[in-house]
Amino acid sequence: MTRPGTHPDSGRDGERSQGELERGEVVGARHAPDSSIRTGGSKHPLHIRLFGRNPLGALFSAPYLVFVAIVFAYPLGFAVYMSFFDYFFTAPGAHVNRPFVGLANFVQVFTDPAVMQSFLNVLVFLVINVPLTVVLSIVLASALNSVVHARAFFSVSFYIPYVTASVAVIGVWLFLLNQNGLVNQLLGPLAPDPSWLINPVLAMPTIALFVTWKGLGFYILLFLAALQSVPGELYESAATDGAGKVRQFFSVSVPGVRPATVLVLLLATITGANLFTEPYLLTGGGGPNGASTSPVLLMYQQGIEQGHPGYAAAIGIVLVVFVLIIALLQNRFAGGRE
Amino acid sequence: MKRRTWIAGIATLAVATLALTGCSGGSGGGADAMQAHGPITVWYSNNAQELQWGKAMVASWNSTHPKEQIKGQEVPAGKTTEAVIGAAITAGTTPCLVFNNLPAATGQFQKQGGLVDLSKFPGANKYITDRSGASADQYKSSDGDFYQMPWKSNPVVIFYNKDLFTKAGLDPANPKLSTYTDFLATAKKLVSSGAAPYAIYPSPTSEFFQPNFDFLPLYAAETKGQSIIKDGKATINGQAGYDVANFWKTIYADNLAGKDPVQSDVFASGKAAMAIVGPWAIPVYKKVNWGSVPVPTKSGTSAENTWTFPDAKNIGMYTSCKNQGTAWDVVQFATSKAQDGDLLQVTGQMPIRPDLKSDYPDFFAKNPAYNLFASQTSRTVDDPNGPNAIATLQDLRNFYSKAVISGQGDLKSGLDQAAATMTAEWNRK
Repeated sequence: MTRPGTHPDSGRDGERSQGELERGEVVGARHAPDSSIRTGGSKHPLHIRLFGRNPLGALFSAPYLVFVAIVFAYPLGFAVYMSFFDYFFTAPGAHVNRPFVGLANFVQVFTDPAVMQSFLNVLVFLVINVPLTVVLSIVLASALNSVVHARAFFSVSFYIPYVTASVAVIGVWLFLLNQNGLVNQLLGPLAPDPSWLINPVLAMPTIALFVTWKGLGFYILLFLAALQSVPGELYESAATDGAGKVRQFFSVSVPGVRPATVLVLLLATITGANLFTEPYLLTGGGGPNGASTSPVLLMYQQGIEQGHPGYAAAIGIVLVVFVLIIALLQNRFAGGRE
Repeated sequence: MKRRTWIAGIATLAVATLALTGCSGGSGGGADAMQAHGPITVWYSNNAQELQWGKAMVASWNSTHPKEQIKGQEVPAGKTTEAVIGAAITAGTTPCLVFNNLPAATGQFQKQGGLVDLSKFPGANKYITDRSGASADQYKSSDGDFYQMPWKSNPVVIFYNKDLFTKAGLDPANPKLSTYTDFLATAKKLVSSGAAPYAIYPSPTSEFFQPNFDFLPLYAAETKGQSIIKDGKATINGQAGYDVANFWKTIYADNLAGKDPVQSDVFASGKAAMAIVGPWAIPVYKKVNWGSVPVPTKSGTSAENTWTFPDAKNIGMYTSCKNQGTAWDVVQFATSKAQDGDLLQVTGQMPIRPDLKSDYPDFFAKNPAYNLFASQTSRTVDDPNGPNAIATLQDLRNFYSKAVISGQGDLKSGLDQAAATMTAEWNRK
């Protein structure tokens, strides 16, 4: 992974092309680096201030910017707008009253026990899913990196759950985990009662395990790519210094793939916080007693099924803020000083 | 640099505001559309039997109306039909008619400005009440008008597997299933004898429509036809609601019903000895030696006095329709005595007509299994009709999942709390 924000020549600001500037902006927003060097804006004429020195660059990046604006920025802005209204979707041309309700939707979010429970649920999910994903995928990627025989077989077996449709795999897991399922038969007297997915305490951890297993292949792939860019000499010199395999893993592999670790952390958190399919299908709508309800499932129920998209949008905004805070913390503590 | 971001931000906001305010313009047809005639599109359900009926109905209409052709399509695939219709209303892409409207979703579609007020067609109210009798009343909206054409119902009853009853040492000809006490004793015998792992297996999952197949049929029977919402207030915390909830709670506490999500047809596989089903079940369970009885009540009710849940699907006309005059003609054509007869013949589902048995004597003589269902059609209570019906049903389900299926907490106070939540939800603006 390259880090454009730490470009060695970032001092020559004025000569940079538009494309480089755009990259600097994106990374700058995340890593909060050298904002002090960009102070020359007001000296330039308006058209340069608006379109930069190379207006053609803006044209080339336009398709992506338009995409982001339409698919991401506009819906997000619209969701913020909706969350302040008693909003509902209407037929084109229908004249309806959608009053401004101020912060009422947000007040309801923070006083609705179901919403609070769903955030707690997703927190439980993240606490189990994210560390497990990071640890398992880095360990398995390292193993895969050093394995000589049957490499393709292992890669495929890790990757298959990821590419299989959730709906199909969920059928198998239901079969494994129900009251008289295979897992409980094997456990015998140790089987939990009520069974895994209908047990209020175990439902969310079980979903977290399922999602970890299902997504692992993708994260292993990320780590594998990162591991292959760690120079072999580092392992050689570590071996010369007397480091064993375990020591090499912790002193060379783990620091070597740090950018990938941050990426995996962020991705696992973001996909995890958007959990929907599993509570919708695996536990039949967030059961038992809402113990596996996720905020996105609630948004679906409120916004799509029950006709309160304004309230659903407010839940969504709170979720975005919640994820941003976690991502910031992760970046702060795992991302290093870049 | 920063300033440029600001300029871009303000520009985006300006565009967004324009787009937002642009949403409320134009006008939806109105009186002109109601008289307009021409080609229309209709959606029907995608199960094999209804498709067969739908296609035949469309072909029959098209053969005599060359200038007002119908284009029939299956409801597009989605998580639920209601989500598909909701999205189509917003996008303005609804067809003229949908032959699959969930009554509980009507209030919401109406609030969205998606449904045409059928009562505005001359003579419509008379047509609807003439065809559907007193059962039609529960499909009126709060303004007293019909935003849905009452169409067909699948009143639910108890199916039982005669072979499993024999295996358990019970009399399959006279099953003791009419009072709660008898039902529970029979259920216990079925499970303890090893005849079946479960006595009955209603889906225990948390979707809003699940109460329709466990709590509501028994509540309708116990109250002799009361809705869960009356005069804007939830009624479930009376004695009847308590009795029904307590009945199901006992079923779950004694492990007579499964709590895991159902994956296959448990009644067909013999995993459950009974099922709560509508007449659609008759062709489905051809291989099972079944019998049918009305749903139980606390002290037992005769079949001809038992109420139940109708599991009805109605016809909705949508405001995006340009030729609503034709659409209304098609509604009347599709609900005519002849077409209703075809529907009954092909699908086995019950057209919402008060005198089914005398209207179609041949069918019921040839297919006696449908008689119980036909007699139930006139005593049904559907989901309440209002903009927050689905949310209210979800509240009921949330309570049920916790207090009944999982058996947590005190049932009486749980019911009081659930009733308060439902009343608040029902009246939510």
